[in-house]
Amino acid sequence: MHFKETSWPKPTEVLKAMTEVLAQSGGNPGRSGHRLSIAAARVVYDCREKVAELFQIPDPLRVIFTANATQSLNLVLLGILRPGDRVVTTSMEHNAVMRPLRFLEKQGLILKIASCAKDGTLNVADMAALIDAHTRLVVMTQASNVSGTILPVAEVAAIAHRHGVPVLVDASQSAGALPVNVPDSGIDLLAFTGHKELLGPTGIGGLIIHPSFNTSLIEPLILGGTGSRSDSEEQPENLPDKFESGTANLVGIAGLGAGLDWIHKKGLPAIREHHKALTAALIEGLSVIPGVRVYGKADAESSVAIVSFTIQGKTVSEIGFRLDEEYGILTRVGLHCAPAAHKTIGSFPEGTVRLSPGIFTTPEDIEQTLKAIQEVARS
Amino acid sequence: VTLYGVIIFRTTSSVMRVEKLLLKAGFAIKLIPTPREFSSDCGISIRFAWDRCEEIKRLLDENKAEFEAIYPFARNGVL
Repeated sequence: MHFKETSWPKPTEVLKAMTEVLAQSGGNPGRSGHRLSIAAARVVYDCREKVAELFQIPDPLRVIFTANATQSLNLVLLGILRPGDRVVTTSMEHNAVMRPLRFLEKQGLILKIASCAKDGTLNVADMAALIDAHTRLVVMTQASNVSGTILPVAEVAAIAHRHGVPVLVDASQSAGALPVNVPDSGIDLLAFTGHKELLGPTGIGGLIIHPSFNTSLIEPLILGGTGSRSDSEEQPENLPDKFESGTANLVGIAGLGAGLDWIHKKGLPAIREHHKALTAALIEGLSVIPGVRVYGKADAESSVAIVSFTIQGKTVSEIGFRLDEEYGILTRVGLHCAPAAHKTIGSFPEGTVRLSPGIFTTPEDIEQTLKAIQEVARS
Repeated sequence: VTLYGVIIFRTTSSVMRVEKLLLKAGFAIKLIPTPREFSSDCGISIRFAWDRCEEIKRLLDENKAEFEAIYPFARNGVL
């Protein structure tokens, strides 16, 4: 029940791809012309293509590999925003967005936060009221890591674009869980992580850049060797090299590639249906347990596979500990690195217990979980 | 002496893209360390038989593939 923290187990194909790449492609991608380096470069490029396909962008060179979504978000926020710039965001953001923004705010950034409703939903008009031609960037999550609520990214992007404002999306919880079409949704920049729904290992993530987004607007977060333009001591402008200095996480990329193959084979619509069925069963089961309160909209259709709850008279740490100790059910309790979101849904500062089933979770697992929660609530 | 062509690039990612494209179209190619006589941004280049140059240029053009330049390149050896 902790899939949204990190997915586990990983498909055996992911483990195999990672072991194989270490055993067979021991080169540094793109650093030399020998066969191992070239083999490594192929692994990286193949994964780039698969990521581009997942997000439906035509050019794999606009897939930038990073360590995780947090690094991708930092790359854009610190790379674009300057003192005096205006930024619009939502009250459901994770600290991966909030902390860089609060840091920049101290340096003179003007931050405007659209308040979401208590059920975690965002009223597009509230967001629209804050966006104008002076806005430098809109940044928002596609799905809350606390309540699972899906936010109306495409609608907000349409409004932002009317004012010529680019949109950065945190897809940590949505990539691999919902079909995400970057060009059709009007997303200019999208940060994703590889270790959740994309079934890859930890330590690999990325940034998707829309085909028409002008990348000279973003300063790189990390500068250094790229294996290209070695005659120059200046950072190259071409993609993906501008944002990918330093040796790539080859093992992580190989694992992510295998995870993407697995998702492709299974099909995103089938994965989404599975998630919805499990989420609906959880919501339904929780709602009849006395003393249990479910946060957010409590509706599988409008959320990813995340359900947050509390039990009256019990601390979340006690609930989480007992579920683990007595029933072997792993949850994540507390504030989930998202104090703003918990303030919004009314669970701050205590937090909630978060259940996040995944593609390998079965209806029987859900039944057992509900039974365990029932017992914990009773005694 | 065999006459080859060499495509040089700005980034390895472009090499990988063009390699796939050319292999799919059935061209006999080889990835080689960029010959020092060409000043290139990327350490890997693609070598091909020079007599296929026009076809390759057309294919790269049609697919809007990014590359830096194409040069003729004479070396003993087998493609």
